[in-house]
Amino acid sequence: MVAMTTATPSVRRVRRRLSFGRAMAWTVMGLIVLITLLPFYWILRTALSTNPALATDPDNPLPVDLTGGGFERALGLQSAEEAIAQGGAGSGLAFWRYLLNSVMVSTLITVCQVFCSSMAAYAFARLKWRGRDKVFGLFLAGLMVPTIFTLLPNFVLIKQLGLVDTLLGIALPTMFMTPFAVFFLRQFFMNVPREVEEAALLDGAGKVRIFFRVLLPMASTPIVTLAVLTYITSWNDYFWPLMVSYGDSSRVLTVALATFRAQTPQTGTDWSGLMAATLIAALPMLALFGLFARRIVSSIGFTGIK
Amino acid sequence: MGFEDEPQTKESPDDRRLQQPSRAPAPRRGAASKLKIRRAREAGDDGALAAVFIAPALLGFLVFLLWPTLRGIYLSFTRFNLLTPAEWVGLDNYDRMIRDPVFWHSLAVTVEYVAINIGVQTVAALAVAVLLQRLTQSAVLRGIVLTPYLMSNVVAGIVWLWILDTQLGIGNEILQALGFDRIPFLADEAWAIPTIALINVWRHVGYTALLLFAGLQAIPNDMYEAAKVDGASEWRMFWRITMPLLRPVLAVVLIMTVIGSFQVFDTVAVTTAGGPANATNVLQYYIYGAAFGRFQFGYASAMSVALLVVLSVITIVQYRLTRAGQTDLG
Repeated sequence: MVAMTTATPSVRRVRRRLSFGRAMAWTVMGLIVLITLLPFYWILRTALSTNPALATDPDNPLPVDLTGGGFERALGLQSAEEAIAQGGAGSGLAFWRYLLNSVMVSTLITVCQVFCSSMAAYAFARLKWRGRDKVFGLFLAGLMVPTIFTLLPNFVLIKQLGLVDTLLGIALPTMFMTPFAVFFLRQFFMNVPREVEEAALLDGAGKVRIFFRVLLPMASTPIVTLAVLTYITSWNDYFWPLMVSYGDSSRVLTVALATFRAQTPQTGTDWSGLMAATLIAALPMLALFGLFARRIVSSIGFTGIK
Repeated sequence: MGFEDEPQTKESPDDRRLQQPSRAPAPRRGAASKLKIRRAREAGDDGALAAVFIAPALLGFLVFLLWPTLRGIYLSFTRFNLLTPAEWVGLDNYDRMIRDPVFWHSLAVTVEYVAINIGVQTVAALAVAVLLQRLTQSAVLRGIVLTPYLMSNVVAGIVWLWILDTQLGIGNEILQALGFDRIPFLADEAWAIPTIALINVWRHVGYTALLLFAGLQAIPNDMYEAAKVDGASEWRMFWRITMPLLRPVLAVVLIMTVIGSFQVFDTVAVTTAGGPANATNVLQYYIYGAAFGRFQFGYASAMSVALLVVLSVITIVQYRLTRAGQTDLG
């Protein structure tokens, strides 16, 4: 609105002439928002319906035969007989276990990766040492290797280390760094004025102290952005955990969901339970995003391009 | 609509700098920088401290990125089933790959997927980005278009599997209500790949749009104002101002999304499992099957190397064609 009121008369005239075009553009935007958000509503609507009602009343926009059974089944709160009676598979989902596994893996990866990467980024951006540019060039070349290429050999390595089917095995390959994270943070440290450090040096602070007390706090915005994106990426990862984990002890939510989807009861897919599980699996990321949305949305361009 | 035309000055200077998609000043490798390095060395070297700071990341890089890359290439020349040591077989795997009709089929299916996925996604993301730039600066809308990206591919796949279900899916209910025949989107050989491609467009279009949006932010608003005063239409401004100036950003985004698109796996695994009749057996799914279904790690590695080569060639060609490294924003 501010831009509108300060516009010159001639510009305002042009704007009015375009109002039909603007109305069309808003319609398109509205349609895009609709396509973006409608599936989320449909998840909720299905999760709150019962399976038999879904089959007889597939096009009702509201939940049919309103029930919490889907959620109870997804959370493993129903007995096997009850679940089967409501069109679910008898074998429950150890949901809390998978949730805990997902939280542990994602937290481990995020905390370690962001910390190690920021230390390396500082060393590349601000410390003077022989071979720095060569080593950094090597890291840059690492950006070119598609992640998927390293998965098979990494699996062989994790197996040799005896870490198959452990949470550590899932976390390990991305726990120390990704070339992207190092590159992203180095870029930020390079842009911090040298005067900041010099002032701290004159006050008698050592470089370690400067890093932890001055530079890290200054970098809170890029670090939070990187951390949230890393958390979302590791939370959503499916291929690598699928390779490494076999049993409940190391199964994460994405793998559990895919398994849940694959076990079709005799009466057909348990859509109600599946949608409930899907929703609960997605909620933590929606909440996380809700907390940091503003920062992420405004710094995502920088993140992605680099 | 209270957030319409929100002034952009709200962000702190830090945020502003982050938004700039322009290349950060690359370290100059000229004589001056060499001189600087030499002077720095005389002034004192941080070698010991740097070693400590770099150690964890370097360890991760060497063990989980460099070593697996080299090992992946080595394994492609071996017969290896995980249980017995790898046995060198020279070019056997590659020879087999060239004669393997399923491999070529998988490659073709993957290319079809990438073409549809990237084609639709790029146009849609560009449209969303331009709307977000020219229509409104709303951060709320930017947040909304990003929400599907927060879902995993697994979740996106399952949800659309339900929506597009032939018997009970709301998508087919709507089709029927509009007077069309029901379409078995994920169960039909011809429909399955386009459907999976569009599901992934749904998940990724918002993220791609925000990348492009950041590029649009770098175009000075004066240009639009001046063109408007001259009576140029939005359509004309898009082709004469937006497209030429966005080109470098668009090129980089295109390269990134193509690389990502070629690695499609999750959505296929959840929705069709490669079927019907191999129609969605994309390369990565075939590689996974070779490794974990038939324990042919050597052959799987050879196909991974092939994918790596294909991706490198495509990246180089794209980079040259789109002049990604140059800017027209003087």
